[in-house]
Amino acid sequence: MSSPALARHPEDNNVPAAIAEAGPVPAVTPPVAPPTFGTIALRWYRLNQGRLRATAVGIISLLAFLLVWHLLTTYRVVFFVRFTNVPSPLAVYASFTKAIHDPKFLMHVVLSCRRIFIGFSLAAIVGVPLGLVMGRFKLVHEIVFPVAEVLRPIPAIAWVPMAIMLWPTNEQSIVFITFLGSFFPILVNTLHGMSLVDPVLVRAAQCLGARERSIFREVYFPASLPHIFTGLTVGMGVAWVSLIAAEMISGQYGIGYFTWEAYSLVQYADIALGMIAIGVLGLGSSVLIRGAGHLVMPWRSTR
Amino acid sequence: MSEILAGEPKGHIEVRNFSLSYDSIEGPVQAVTDTQIHVQPGEFVSIVGPSGCGKSTLLNAVAGFLKPTTGVVTVDGERVNGPSAERGMVFQQYSLFPWKTVRENVEFGLKMRGMARSQRERAARTLLGLAGLEAFEKHYPEKLSGGMKQRVGIVRALATGPKVLLLDEPFGALDAQTRVIMQQILTNMWQRLKISVLFVTHDIDEAIFLSDRVYCMTARPGSIKAEIPIPLERPRQQSMMMSSEFLALRRGLMSLIREESLKAMGGEISDMGMQGLNIELHGHSLADVI
Repeated sequence: MSSPALARHPEDNNVPAAIAEAGPVPAVTPPVAPPTFGTIALRWYRLNQGRLRATAVGIISLLAFLLVWHLLTTYRVVFFVRFTNVPSPLAVYASFTKAIHDPKFLMHVVLSCRRIFIGFSLAAIVGVPLGLVMGRFKLVHEIVFPVAEVLRPIPAIAWVPMAIMLWPTNEQSIVFITFLGSFFPILVNTLHGMSLVDPVLVRAAQCLGARERSIFREVYFPASLPHIFTGLTVGMGVAWVSLIAAEMISGQYGIGYFTWEAYSLVQYADIALGMIAIGVLGLGSSVLIRGAGHLVMPWRSTR
Repeated sequence: MSEILAGEPKGHIEVRNFSLSYDSIEGPVQAVTDTQIHVQPGEFVSIVGPSGCGKSTLLNAVAGFLKPTTGVVTVDGERVNGPSAERGMVFQQYSLFPWKTVRENVEFGLKMRGMARSQRERAARTLLGLAGLEAFEKHYPEKLSGGMKQRVGIVRALATGPKVLLLDEPFGALDAQTRVIMQQILTNMWQRLKISVLFVTHDIDEAIFLSDRVYCMTARPGSIKAEIPIPLERPRQQSMMMSSEFLALRRGLMSLIREESLKAMGGEISDMGMQGLNIELHGHSLADVI
């Protein structure tokens, strides 16, 4: 582009200097020898020291937990709580190696995951847009909010009898309960995010020519995303809580049912195995959501 | 691009019989009353006044965010009926979209206008180059310093080729050195683009240094107390700020504002019921007494 009008005025001479100063312009350094592998490794270590330490401490802490568990069960400690019947870590490991070759156990896991996936996805598909619309349009908020506020405090477990009446199959009622558990955290957090959108950003968009729809897509939605993801994370946690409760009460399959069945059949190692499986699955799903959050909000993960 | 950078001066702002009040439980509160201002095409005009005098209110009305209670705001003869890309605005808090990179921020107005991606990318790169920001096009605003953010803010407002640039204390949050640089960048851009500028500030030096004309507002309810032409020649140099001409203008404006600030503060003091403070004016202005 040619721009003859760009000739600078004499007093501008300090402008480029100041710009240069503001930016990370590499300083002029005398030439140095290329770094050896050793120095690079050392630098990497120094930069990641904190993270390495956290990982190391984390591993030690987990090992310590296993050790205490092992000791408590080996010596069958009775001190207020009774460890007489609690399976040892080794027994749980044995039943784990057996279970991973058992298609029935895998089916329990897969079914639970499927219920979570359907229930949670439905909650997100309904909850996020509803929250966005409620946050933008007062009337929708005024209509939906009172109903939501009355239904919200009802724990998903309390919905079990009603869900069984509402839905023709057990499977559907369990998915419904999972949906309910995650729906309200997602809705409430989306609403909260919408209420915090900086009105100045909306005005900035308006005087750049943005109309209602663009403002919604380009300002309200991305501005609410961090809170939407908080809602999704919390919702995922509650989804697992609700799912396991529903499976224990009315299920025929699923990891919650597996755990409860193990108790009925006096297979104590399987109780712990079921619990650990639930923990790992819950952890995995929240890691997935966090990862999705980083992908969707690159401007936040550079912090 | 050429449409942004060349052409005749444009953007004749006219505010006539303007007043703005809002409702409160005690009845309507007058924020700005009986105000007339105008900005000639290509002119740089500042509004100064004590805090709370309604200078930002006035600017927001020109932007189209606020509707006047009485009176009209026109730009090039057309009545202002809401915000539009014809009137670019720069905010004190930068107001960059944190989820957009520097270049995407600058592109925003062009995107809203429906310009094709490759075309607006090129336009944004050119504009960022003018502001010395091409190296930062992929950065998110959070990573930038205040001065850089505000440069992006200015470039973003200019990208759509507005007739008028409105700035609401744009450099208020910057340190003194950055402020001076930003003033020069703004002057450059204004001279190249030949658009009119309405600039709200509480910094008297800044107003004199930048403007062709300065409006001084009274304390709330705000109205125009004085209109001061600034006859300093252009291009303006930093050294001019020590000239007797500059200092005389400064002194004049300073006393005008001081008077109004004290009036505003006096109101607050009596509101708080501080009976002990008795200021007798005897025909002097407060500025002379204190």
